[in-house]
Amino acid sequence: MRIAQAVPVVIGVVIISFVLTRALPGDPAVQFAGIAATPESIEEVRVQLGLDKPLPEQFVIYVGQLLQGDLGQSVSTGRPVTTELASRLPASLELTLCALILSCGIAIPLGVLAATRPGSWIDQLCRLLVTAGVSLPTFFTGIVLIYVFYYLLGVAPSPLGRLDFIYLEPPHVTGFFLIDAAVDGDWETWLGALKQLVLPAITLALFTLAPIARMTRAAMLSALSADYIRTARAAGLGSREVLYGYAFRNALLPVVTTLGMVFSFVLGANVLVEKVFAWPGIGSYAVEALVVSDYAAVQGFVLSMALLFVFLNLVIDLTYSVIDPRFGTAAK
Amino acid sequence: MSISRRHFLATGAAVMGTLPFARAIPALAASDTLVAVSGQTINSLDLHRTGTNRASYQIAINCYDRLVTFGTKEAPGGGLSYDYSTIEPELAESWTISDDGLVITFKLKPDAIFQDGSKVTAEDVKWSFDRAVSVGGFPSTQMKAGGFERPDQFEAVDAETFVVRLDKPSKLSLPDLAVPVPFIINSKLAKEQATSDDPWATEYLHQNTIGSGAYKVTRWDSGQQVVFERFDGWVGGPLPQVRRIIMREVPSAATQRALVERGDVHIAFDIPDKDAAELADKVTVYSTPIENCIHALCLNTKFEPFQDPDVRKAIAYAVPYEAIFQAAAYGRGAPLWGGEAEISDIAWPRKTRYATDVDKAKEHMAKSKYPDGFDTTLSISTDLAYWMEPAALLIQEAVAKLGIKAEVEKIPGANWRTASLVEKRLPFHLENFGGWLNTPDYYFFWAYQDGHLFNSSNYFNEEVEQLTNETLHMAMDDPEYAPKIKRMFEIVLEDLPRIPLWQPALNVAINGADGYEFWFHRQLDVRPLQSAES
Repeated sequence: MRIAQAVPVVIGVVIISFVLTRALPGDPAVQFAGIAATPESIEEVRVQLGLDKPLPEQFVIYVGQLLQGDLGQSVSTGRPVTTELASRLPASLELTLCALILSCGIAIPLGVLAATRPGSWIDQLCRLLVTAGVSLPTFFTGIVLIYVFYYLLGVAPSPLGRLDFIYLEPPHVTGFFLIDAAVDGDWETWLGALKQLVLPAITLALFTLAPIARMTRAAMLSALSADYIRTARAAGLGSREVLYGYAFRNALLPVVTTLGMVFSFVLGANVLVEKVFAWPGIGSYAVEALVVSDYAAVQGFVLSMALLFVFLNLVIDLTYSVIDPRFGTAAK
Repeated sequence: MSISRRHFLATGAAVMGTLPFARAIPALAASDTLVAVSGQTINSLDLHRTGTNRASYQIAINCYDRLVTFGTKEAPGGGLSYDYSTIEPELAESWTISDDGLVITFKLKPDAIFQDGSKVTAEDVKWSFDRAVSVGGFPSTQMKAGGFERPDQFEAVDAETFVVRLDKPSKLSLPDLAVPVPFIINSKLAKEQATSDDPWATEYLHQNTIGSGAYKVTRWDSGQQVVFERFDGWVGGPLPQVRRIIMREVPSAATQRALVERGDVHIAFDIPDKDAAELADKVTVYSTPIENCIHALCLNTKFEPFQDPDVRKAIAYAVPYEAIFQAAAYGRGAPLWGGEAEISDIAWPRKTRYATDVDKAKEHMAKSKYPDGFDTTLSISTDLAYWMEPAALLIQEAVAKLGIKAEVEKIPGANWRTASLVEKRLPFHLENFGGWLNTPDYYFFWAYQDGHLFNSSNYFNEEVEQLTNETLHMAMDDPEYAPKIKRMFEIVLEDLPRIPLWQPALNVAINGADGYEFWFHRQLDVRPLQSAES
């Protein structure tokens, strides 16, 4: 049922991404014909890329390819878009998920503590972190971290992407280096991949900390002042049980919603972090593709992101019914 | 393409892999591996493919041979540079040119082998040349510049003799064989991979290097790195000293800088002028002015105010050259203003007679049809904003003194080429062009001839058309050559469709390596590199 609802969304995305890429300024034929292109060679390239055909025909061809699971060929990298996404999406997801886990690990306890002790030093600390997280752009944090931990102190590895050249990529299973290396039992590479992850993950975590901590704090505050908490306290339940069994469980709903938003937001904000740390992720790929009007790549990126978000929303909805069983029954 | 994990770990300093990274990489320096970083993405191993970008030219240079190459000389900014005036053998052992200049006969080196061990034959050369003139797009255009247009011009006489027949003699033919485009491919291997849809095996060559060059690509991770491994059977030149070179992509200039400063990488290639200026006292920095390349302010002669010669002169005298050179290029490159009025030699790019002189500018403006000025837009590309933006702002401020209100318009990179070069619809804009074949007439052919791509000012002058056509293929030692070139300079520096600003530099920071050589294609030639410790 929930999956069926996603179908019109995906169809919409297919149409919009197709139309939008064509509406963008820039002519891919001119771009790809190279530096010293003549009008004839530009025309040759246009024919090669199939851009001389009328738009509806191009669209039919595109949809036909899509139905066969073919996202087309990226002109700028010369590889199928599917291959490109498959190699880059895991890089971005690994980074984003690590950053989110890290930031949840800090932000949620921090938010809870701040809410239970409003006005205390921990509340002030929470406020400080939130302000810093919001006001520092990711590329700036990234460069500062590189400067301090790599350049000055020399404790961080060189910011050269997912793995240093000393290591080879682990055999491909999921595309997540940490998981793949662990599956392979190669702990040396695992450690190598982890070290490369630390700085960019901290950079992104600092950025995502703010909304999560703030939402946790606000949700906890409102939960703690609710009637059922008073009732629970009056019934003589232990403060620990009241806090975690009742208040936190109820406060989790808005936090999960925020998490979903932050996740989608961060996948986009990744671009700058990926650039600073030479991370071969999907963000930098999409930007490159956009700059050179690489239609197939842009469409593939938009489509895969749309599918990812549809999936993400599904997961969030399902999480709701786990946290609060009433969601599941109300839908039925 | 990929080498086995065990093999990789077993070789060289990879044994040090158990150490923490920051210590392990400098250890590589002691061995025979060099690491270079660059902000550009290599998007194909085949230069002839549609959409192959400039960064990928380095594959053609390092992994393939051409028949001939250029010599080496001292570069103006220190270090070494290619030398356009001497042509040296690469795959060809020798060549003869017929008396009428129409037939060039190459003798291939008899011991030349491809990286798979098979002999390089004239048949391979013919197949590769046929491919370059047939695939269309940029490679075919570049081949045409040397007079190579059709497969029937090329003939493999026997295994070691290759003949090119030209329609007309041209001084550009031989140099055009030394540019990255006419690289020699192992045609037997390529033909095995070709299909009826893909007769030139572009799919296979996109992923594999099958040449006779000094290096082969053993690993290419799109968007991340290329690993070059030396081919010990190379006969095209002296065998390189470095066995393995890793070219890593690092988009952020700040990160590149940190890496090279700490010595974890040996070469940061093509860094911004600002970083070059600041790094210069910490590591070795080569800033070589790019030959035959000019950053210019263009005045489109299709647009009314710029048709007035006094308006053009006024602007040429108003431009704050020195301030732009410092703000946009951090003083890197070569100034192109404030030269002698008289043209006594045929050097190009050359200093113009113009320099910042507000009084003269005002005089010309007063004489023009627009004594009170006019409104216009000054267009720049967002992709090139690093130099165009500061330059545009300073120009905007300067021409305001003449009553010219220039609104700065930023055009997205994808649209810039279409707007400026293809449609040529920008009245007042900044542009850059550099010609691979380093003669003034070649620059003029692209930038000053009517309808040609880099003539974004829509310039047309009958005499320049004629002089360019006459000199383009004329030998440089022809007695008529120099006077005609000087006349061309005179006309365009008087007419000013493009106001030369400065000659940009290619900046390379080096820490722990040696032997860097500048090339006109602006890519890293890894062959002469050495490790500084060894």
